[in-house]
Amino acid sequence: MAIGVKVMTRPGKEVSYLRATLKGMALTFKHITQPSVTMQYPEQKSTNEWTVASRWRGTHRMLTDEQGRAKCVACGLCPQICPANCIKLVPGEDEQGNRYPLIYEIDEFRCVFCGYCQEVCPEEAIHVGVHYENAEYSRDRFVYDLERLTSQTHAVSTLWDPADPKGQ
Amino acid sequence: MTPEQKGFLLLSVVKMLVVFTALMVVVALLTLAERKVSAWMQNRIGPNRTGPGGLLQPAADGLKNFLKEETTPALATTPIFLLAPALAFIPALMLSCVIPFAAPLPVDFDVTWPLLGQIAYHGALPMAVTDLPIGFLFVLAISSMGVYGIALAGWSSNSKYALLGGLRASAQMISYEVAMGLSLIPVLLMTGNVRFSEIVRTQQDGLPLVLPLFLSFFVYLISGFAETSRLPFDMPEAESELVAGYHAEYSSMKFSMFFIAEYANVTTICMMVATLFFGGWDIPFTSWDEQGGVLQTLATFLVFVLKTGFWVFFVMWIRWTLPRFRYDQLMALGWKFLMPLALAYIVVIAVTLWGLDTALPDGSPVLKSSVLALLNVVLGAVVFFGLDRGTLLGRPSGPGRPTSRPATVRS
Repeated sequence: MAIGVKVMTRPGKEVSYLRATLKGMALTFKHITQPSVTMQYPEQKSTNEWTVASRWRGTHRMLTDEQGRAKCVACGLCPQICPANCIKLVPGEDEQGNRYPLIYEIDEFRCVFCGYCQEVCPEEAIHVGVHYENAEYSRDRFVYDLERLTSQTHAVSTLWDPADPKGQ
Repeated sequence: MTPEQKGFLLLSVVKMLVVFTALMVVVALLTLAERKVSAWMQNRIGPNRTGPGGLLQPAADGLKNFLKEETTPALATTPIFLLAPALAFIPALMLSCVIPFAAPLPVDFDVTWPLLGQIAYHGALPMAVTDLPIGFLFVLAISSMGVYGIALAGWSSNSKYALLGGLRASAQMISYEVAMGLSLIPVLLMTGNVRFSEIVRTQQDGLPLVLPLFLSFFVYLISGFAETSRLPFDMPEAESELVAGYHAEYSSMKFSMFFIAEYANVTTICMMVATLFFGGWDIPFTSWDEQGGVLQTLATFLVFVLKTGFWVFFVMWIRWTLPRFRYDQLMALGWKFLMPLALAYIVVIAVTLWGLDTALPDGSPVLKSSVLALLNVVLGAVVFFGLDRGTLLGRPSGPGRPTSRPATVRS
């Protein structure tokens, strides 16, 4: 079985070394005169050309009701569906028989930000957020407890584009 | 020691300090300029966080390099490994001391200082550390020394990448030194001197040598790129092939010294181009700058900086425009194109100069230069056409063009 080697003949007439060089130099010089496209990030977080998408799935938020309590009814669907197993939920029940989360923790390091928790939540309580500045000084600060999840204020993800829900 | 000798000594030391400091600052700024120019060419901004407009970035980089850990490979040849950065660094800095960077400054003083006694200096002070009679021969000689540092760095690192980088560097520099040296012989033919001040004076009387000796300039510029191993000739440190080439094993200040050496070499090549082919510190189309005076010295210094600055920008411009050569193409360009071209050009220029001297024994330098410039237009067009079509480069060697069908391989 012979290996087929295609021998290319070198181009003769259409070869251009110097003209191509000069053309390239003209091009690079043209780029000097053009405005730069860099976004000055810490000062400037979005431009007309670029904003964080509303479908961005970042660190979570727990929405609250009018009394400031978490909307969560501790149904257990989100820890059930979570593929990364990063949600810890211990349900509790008050005197009227309303379930609420005793412990609700999300380990943001384990989270894969799939957004299933938001999709599955019947009370629209847990949401993934449009947020990306998550730096902390220690690893254990990345386990978000209920208080932290409810107190965060960033926008929540729409998960899909409302104008184009089927992604067409 | 006479007061005049003391004055000469004192002024020389001052000039050395000034030139050394200025060169180091320029090198530092060049690292910033390189990043800025590359950023602009890619529609970016470049470093702008440290200091106003990023001006303190070189200082931050330098500080970082001082604080980084120095590593020596376990199997490296330690003495040579330690010596190599210095061997690259020192020649690079020595080069700049012969190039005149301004019109001679008229100095006239006669003072008596404690400890030093009477110090005097009368007359024009050449604005170069030393106006050596051997001029650009010194530059050629010392710049060849730089390859020792690179080759030894590659060898002593005991690393395959570094070794290949050093090997490539030595082969490349030796090849292009030939073309570089030959390309400067027409300059010698025109000016009759290798001393920089005389070369500048010739260009003041006639035209800048780039016009009568355009092809020399062309060859010198390309060889200069190769000598400083800048893109498109940066085979010794080809990142995509050799990690970092000869300085792959170096860290901290030792790496920095190679870096400084590279930029100092770039500066020197650009100063050489400006001096040899563009009239040096001479302000074109005026003779005001030749009268001598403090103002003239300052103005000519500024002009020299502008000329050098343009060529430094040009070097960066090329770097961010062209991709790297293939190694055999690099060698082919050096040996099969630039060297024969430089040799042929010497013959042409020598014959033409002899013809001009015979035909017009008392023609003005401007006239002779103009005739040569016309000749260069014709020659340049021919060479450029041939080079552009690739006909002057000859057939590519190597595996690109097998002469017969490749042997069949059984699997």
